Amino acid sequence: MLTSVLSLLALGFIASVVLSVASRVFYVEEDPRVEAVSEALPGANCGGCGFAGCDAYAAAVIQDPSVSAGLCCAGGPEVSARVAELAGKAAGSADPQISFRRCVKDEGKVKKKYEYQGLDSCAASAQLEDGPDACKYSCLGFGDCVKVCNFNAMYLENGLVQIDPDKCVACGACVGVCPNKILEMIPRRARVQVFCSTLDKMKDVMNVCEAGCINCGKCVKKCPAQAISNAEGNIRIDHAACLAYGPECEEACVDACPRSILRLMCHNSVTLKAEAAAAAAAAAPEQQPQANA
Amino acid sequence: MEYFLLLISAVFVNNVVLAQYLGQCPYLGCSKEKGVSIGMGAAVIFVMIIATPITWLIQYNVLVPLGLDYLQTIMFILVIAALVQLVEMFLKKAVPPLYSSLGIFLPLITTNCAVLGVAIVVQREGFDLGTSTYYSFATGLGFMLALILLAAIRERLEISRLPLSMKGVPAALVLAGIMSMSFMAFAGMI
Repeated sequence: MLTSVLSLLALGFIASVVLSVASRVFYVEEDPRVEAVSEALPGANCGGCGFAGCDAYAAAVIQDPSVSAGLCCAGGPEVSARVAELAGKAAGSADPQISFRRCVKDEGKVKKKYEYQGLDSCAASAQLEDGPDACKYSCLGFGDCVKVCNFNAMYLENGLVQIDPDKCVACGACVGVCPNKILEMIPRRARVQVFCSTLDKMKDVMNVCEAGCINCGKCVKKCPAQAISNAEGNIRIDHAACLAYGPECEEACVDACPRSILRLMCHNSVTLKAEAAAAAAAAAPEQQPQANA
Repeated sequence: MEYFLLLISAVFVNNVVLAQYLGQCPYLGCSKEKGVSIGMGAAVIFVMIIATPITWLIQYNVLVPLGLDYLQTIMFILVIAALVQLVEMFLKKAVPPLYSSLGIFLPLITTNCAVLGVAIVVQREGFDLGTSTYYSFATGLGFMLALILLAAIRERLEISRLPLSMKGVPAALVLAGIMSMSFMAFAGMI
């Protein structure tokens, strides 16, 4: 009886001594701020900041002075302010962004090349002859992006993916998963956008879609801010340049588009329209002196 | 030849997970991805080949001379728990990348019955110190094999059509049962 108690006590004592010595010998200094930042972050591990997860971002923002405190798009401005306070950095005023689907195949009446029967996934269907749609830059509509969205901001409607602007936090998860690369991150304030992502030209587009962009480049020439280019095979809008130029161009690009596929963004949704109006109202007093100068 | 048979026995015939049903928790919990299952398997092998010789020494230098064989289980648990803590601290200091990749699995091994199981099995079989260590390594290898096999199947299953109610853990449990039955084919080998 006594030996058993004593030997157990002895073993426990040895273990505790060894562990306490080891905790001194192998002591690793950890910054308590890292933990504080991890707690302040939403913990969704969406990867929108470009790090492996919330913990990785927390460690980076404390240890690396070049990492901005405003990278957490899921948490929004409140989280950015909190992180900046903890990390002792100025909050980055990141322009809030939103995911945007560059395809209107329902309007364009894109036909099916074949009847697809297989895995219920965009990635799988895109393997077969670039997907069942006649246009190989179309929204395949199986909702790979819907599945990957951590914020329930995406849903399917009439075979097209829709984005709920109230819920989208611009983490970018959907952009990476789309096999046809039709999803794009754009600023919420973006004024115009091409609602098509085709790399084809003229007749090739006309043949498959009634609405698609034919990459004619008229908008490129009309834009006074040189914010539009088609360097990569399709029309790209430099939203920073477009927003910086402001509304004086009176959306020359939209008027110039012969296919009406370059459109005003605020017509896209009620929420965005309200946001754009609020942003314009806020920006108006500041822009007045600039115009005079 | 004897050592080779011991290896075959530990990895296939008496596989710690599929024939002895030890360590089911990490078997189901850490088998969603192959990468994770390899990390977990390596961590378990690592702890096993440290824990088994130490518990062996305690058995023959403390428990047997003092006639305390009945304290085997509690003593071994104590030793293994302390040991895992020590390994964790050591890895954190010496090999931070390995520490961060093992993450939560390392402290979980503290309560992994496969580690305790192999420490007790080598006593029951009456192996000497060298053979015990070798056998614990082989057992760990068997654990890793079971984990990787299940992870590979589950990765495939992830993209195939299953009834919604069967997705995830239910399918994994059925799979574990089928794998266990298939490993019964090795039963008569040795």
